[in-house]
Amino acid sequence: MNLAIKDIRHGLFRFVLTCFGLGLLMTVVLAMIGIYNGLVADALAVVKAPAADVWVIEAGTQGPFAEASSIPADTRDAVARMPGVAEAGAITYQTMEATHAGRTLRLYVIGFEPGRPGGPQRIAEGRGLGTSHFELMADRKTGLVPGDTIRLGRDRFTVVGLVEDAMNSGGDPAVYVTLADAMALQTALDPAAARVQSARGDGGLRPPTVAAVIARLEPGAGVALLTATVRQWKHLSALSQVEQEQLLLASVVDRARRQIGLFLSILLTVSAVVIALIIYTMTMEKLKQIATLKLIGAPDRTIVGLIVQQALILGISGLGIGLVLILLVKDNFPRRVVLEPFNALVLTGIILVVCLAASGLGVRAALKVDPATALGG
Amino acid sequence: MTPDDILVDVKGVAKHYGTGETRVDALRSVDLRVHAGEVIALLGPSGSGKTTLLNVIGCILAPTAGRVELDGDAVFDGKWLRSDLRRLRLDKIGFIFQAHNLLPFLTAEENVSVVLDLAGWPATQGRARARELLDYLEVGHRAKVKPALLSGGEAQRVAIARALANRPRIILADEPTAALDSGRAQLVMDLLRKLATEQKACIIAVTHDEKIFDRFDRLIHLRDGRLVEA
Repeated sequence: MNLAIKDIRHGLFRFVLTCFGLGLLMTVVLAMIGIYNGLVADALAVVKAPAADVWVIEAGTQGPFAEASSIPADTRDAVARMPGVAEAGAITYQTMEATHAGRTLRLYVIGFEPGRPGGPQRIAEGRGLGTSHFELMADRKTGLVPGDTIRLGRDRFTVVGLVEDAMNSGGDPAVYVTLADAMALQTALDPAAARVQSARGDGGLRPPTVAAVIARLEPGAGVALLTATVRQWKHLSALSQVEQEQLLLASVVDRARRQIGLFLSILLTVSAVVIALIIYTMTMEKLKQIATLKLIGAPDRTIVGLIVQQALILGISGLGIGLVLILLVKDNFPRRVVLEPFNALVLTGIILVVCLAASGLGVRAALKVDPATALGG
Repeated sequence: MTPDDILVDVKGVAKHYGTGETRVDALRSVDLRVHAGEVIALLGPSGSGKTTLLNVIGCILAPTAGRVELDGDAVFDGKWLRSDLRRLRLDKIGFIFQAHNLLPFLTAEENVSVVLDLAGWPATQGRARARELLDYLEVGHRAKVKPALLSGGEAQRVAIARALANRPRIILADEPTAALDSGRAQLVMDLLRKLATEQKACIIAVTHDEKIFDRFDRLIHLRDGRLVEA
């Protein structure tokens, strides 16, 4: 006879309500884990999108994501000719605000050369850029659809395709435009400002620059050798893809990641305390029944089993409800919520440990109950 | 009566709490023998030591001194002689409580069979034994009902069935009729008498219920921890 199940069935509504409350708490915990993962995934998505092996950047800088990098646009030709390089492409990044359908969009504009590395890996809907100017591919989270037009700078661009999960570390969705358009957006001045600059003798004849040049290597070519070669040019530096990713995580999202990680730790601690209190209260309410069980001869293992089984059922049910809820609502979060099966497994392990530890309080109270308590009404 | 008929043999049992000026003697050198088939009452004012004596016989409370034998087994002689007191209670002692103390999450049948489950009976045999007892006590028709829906008399009979489930020979009852009206109290006493006779068990009941005093073989008075047999 399983006393734990019998007791749960006796007070099923209350138990389900408790599980639901715990489930809501688990939803928050899972949401924080998902946001934490999403922050990292978002930050890395834009770095991983070009599928590059080497990033050539301005010397003395940390690359286009950690700080500003500006190198001559013709660096791409020099890199492309280096031994071991299969293909190379110039790329620019900038953040812009634009208005569409009455709302302001904050966009991460990526300029790349169609046909060269730097564009999105997959187009989810529509097509790639087909002309040299005034077309763009947008991340779905912009809310734009193929056929929409949007004004960027002084020009109106047409949305021709949609991509997914392309955004910067701040969560701003990306739009891809041609390198030529991106450079124009970076340098073109408002007419009045251009006139002032011209009057001051600045003819605007600076050589065109890009943020970085990315290179894909031929099979067997060494990344280390290429980066070392590039660094021989005093005005350039080079990072491998792994270095670029580590740099981004360490310098750009590290503080936010630690903040969310700390908040997650607090949430887990709160969850542990809540679970412990629930289990302790459930046990205290049953002390007279436990005393009766002891009096009629129930061994300690029966009483421990009653408490521990209920604690585990409570924890696992709460986690299950939390998982279902977060899977239902995760797409409605403003930022990406990424949950991996590994996260659910780790959280399950943590909850099991918490439940076992929390039931220890209840077990301690139950084992201390004097069976004589059952006598005397 | 033969020595084999002695189910409870308490010799020189004392129990005190505290020391020095705060010392309270709950029991002072109590001797008590109860034979198979006997139904005895422990009487006395509040604080006289009735419940303490019941707890000592029920192996719930260790006396300070003395010797206790239950059903021929020495269980206490200055110290507990057995480490598995709960198993001892399960096998030899049945408890009937004033407030029934039925487990609210089990049906009447399960409240009885849980004892057999703990004793290691197979589930089907345990259920059959529980039904047999409930039928015997005329509450078989309420077997699938939870305690909250039982009347006071029905709940008390289920509690008695639970006390008898594992065929103990010593039944300890704490105010078994306190929650019952006069008619039902007489019925319960008839039932306990019948069980004592048929199962060669002894019943030791703590009671204040004067209406049922005439239903006991012996009335044992306790006063200031001393035993005064009437």
